[in-house]
Amino acid sequence: MFNFLKKGLQKTREALKNKFEDLFVKGEITEEFYDELEEILISADVGVETSLRINSMLREKVKDSKIKETEAAKSLLKELIAEMMGSKEDITLRVPVSPPAVYLLLGVNGVGKTTTIAKMAYSFSKEGKKVLLAAGDTFRAAAIEQLEHWAEVTGAGVIKHQTGGDPSAVIFDAVNAAVSREADVLLCDTAGRLHTKKNLIEEVKKIYRVIGKVVPDAPHETLLVLDATTGQNGIAQAKLFQEAIPVSGIVLTKLDGTARGGIVIAVKELTGIPVKMIGVGEKKEDLHPFNPAAFAEALLA
Amino acid sequence: MLFSGLSEKLQETFRKLRKKGKLSEKDVDLALREVRLALLEADVNYKVVKDFVASLKNRAVGADVLQSLTPGQTVVKIVHEELVKLMGETQSKIAAPGHGNSPGAIMLVGLQGSGKTTTAAKLALYLKKNGSNPLLVAGDVYRPAAIEQLEILGQGAGIPVFSIGKDDPVKIAGQALQEAERNGNNYVLIDTAGRLHIDEELMGELQRIKERVVPLEILLVVDAMTGQDAVNVARSFHERLGLTGIILTKLDGDTRGGAALSVRQVTGCPVKFAAFGEKIEAFEPFFPDRMASRILGMGDVLSLIEKAQEFVDQEKSRELQKKLRNQSLTLEDFLEQLQQVKKMGPLENLLEMVPGFNTMGKNLKNLSLDEKQLYRVEAMIKSMTREERQQPEIINSSRKRRIALGSGTSVQDVNRLLKQFEQMKKLFKQFGALEKGRFRKKRGLFPFK
Repeated sequence: MFNFLKKGLQKTREALKNKFEDLFVKGEITEEFYDELEEILISADVGVETSLRINSMLREKVKDSKIKETEAAKSLLKELIAEMMGSKEDITLRVPVSPPAVYLLLGVNGVGKTTTIAKMAYSFSKEGKKVLLAAGDTFRAAAIEQLEHWAEVTGAGVIKHQTGGDPSAVIFDAVNAAVSREADVLLCDTAGRLHTKKNLIEEVKKIYRVIGKVVPDAPHETLLVLDATTGQNGIAQAKLFQEAIPVSGIVLTKLDGTARGGIVIAVKELTGIPVKMIGVGEKKEDLHPFNPAAFAEALLA
Repeated sequence: MLFSGLSEKLQETFRKLRKKGKLSEKDVDLALREVRLALLEADVNYKVVKDFVASLKNRAVGADVLQSLTPGQTVVKIVHEELVKLMGETQSKIAAPGHGNSPGAIMLVGLQGSGKTTTAAKLALYLKKNGSNPLLVAGDVYRPAAIEQLEILGQGAGIPVFSIGKDDPVKIAGQALQEAERNGNNYVLIDTAGRLHIDEELMGELQRIKERVVPLEILLVVDAMTGQDAVNVARSFHERLGLTGIILTKLDGDTRGGAALSVRQVTGCPVKFAAFGEKIEAFEPFFPDRMASRILGMGDVLSLIEKAQEFVDQEKSRELQKKLRNQSLTLEDFLEQLQQVKKMGPLENLLEMVPGFNTMGKNLKNLSLDEKQLYRVEAMIKSMTREERQQPEIINSSRKRRIALGSGTSVQDVNRLLKQFEQMKKLFKQFGALEKGRFRKKRGLFPFK
């Protein structure tokens, strides 16, 4: 994944290279170093509060390990950020003992839920798994057609109703179909919804409940799709969705642009939700497991 | 409410400042630090924040602030002015199409998922409502079902959609222009595929569309939730295409929307429209001054006044204003006022527009001004005699019992109403003071003490 990220972030790095090199090659660790570090973190959408906290944690580590050089501090910082993003178990998708594995995807409008589902479908199909898609976005015009297109490309089956239908009903049918057709994986698409819309949050709660009615320990993953360009509002999104249903992980999309997606650090700190996958492009292959070390590297590269 | 997060933050800053009376330079620094933090938390780009705070400082440590009797007020005024300046002082409109039958082309560009397709339909409907005859063009040939999406949206809004399927977007745009000429459409709205600003190939495609259609407007569609990267995106699109304006989307969420400031600053292009919601009507012109007021928690007074003018009898309201000033408000006026307020729509929406409502919101909740309550209040006042309405002081317990019986309420309800009326009178008294510019007396009402 490191290479993909690196490739995706090349532009950013080129644009900002001089600056980061200035910061980290300077030699002696000074107050200025910490100030600039704060600026770099803030410019990556880490947020003021979390940036300050990372800064003070780094100060402590630097003091404890008696480090004097910025180059060594940089390595410490990368370790620190990778550590904050969670352990290996935290970031692996949960697979139930007996199939189907039911994964529910949700998020605000335009973050890339449907595209992420397509990519997941592709990667599971490639592993030889039988994949079903649930067309739970019954709201947006042509959302079902979009999902059907991807089903065709990836060879997955689609369970759909009509635009304007009840999403819980589609999902209910889909989970039942997944069980009776002995599918390995069911991927549930949902309509984009702002976390502030009460009725839409109620709707997602209902979807969650309905899934559990058919398969008791499902959904096995409830993934919040977060756009890497999102700023501090990402925190509110994660918090409010988590208040409604237990969100188990984040898919961070659109990392192939110049945004570095630093908001997920703050989200992890404040909600404990780990990033599990990243999206780095529009092609069906462009989804990868999350790698904390590579993420930290790219964030500060 | 748009930007409410930022306004609360700034209000908090100035509440602290206000307590001090006269300010030292150090105090100003402290306030500016909080302005900086608030803006950063609102996702304004850190470089933009730096420049903004620096420009504030020059003005804020100036003699007028330090010598001002109301330094908090003065600082707020400065911040407000600078914010308005930053967002482009006046409201911007869509350029008018030329004469004859050559239609004006409008290109909508932006990252994936910023809301271009929905916005295209919204803008088309907006133009149609304003007497234009737009043609929508399905130019997103990459995203699966994007063409179908625009066709469905166009159909719903009664706006023609031009599409020749998945072809070269440059060719589609060219043919759309001819089609518009034939059909007499005066605007051609071209939806384009979402693309990354660093995607050389697709950015080149946009340039070719631009060369082909020579657009009146190239509008960048920006998600209001965008963080620090908004400046990179806006700058790249602007450098490649020469943007003419910005449309800010998804403002119906709780995002603080600092991207609006950033994008405006790096491109110099005005934000022309604000979109907030999935309904196709949820679209309106962007008002920089109103937005700046909202950022500062001063409420959207202009919108309130506009609404009021729509519904309120001018003659009566002039009379009322006089009464408010003389503090001779009676329950009769109160009743009349309630009836007019009811005509203006949901109370909650109105109150959000009132200056300082954010800060006094908690106190006002005790007044429990919900809609049903209004009907009961109306009933109670109607059960009073004329004398009682004009001199509520004379209402004794026997009168209260009669009023309660007459209106189907209880004596407690009547008591509550009388108390609320007293509070209301006090509130209006404070508004009166505000009007005369005696800012220091209205503690607890206006956000900046």
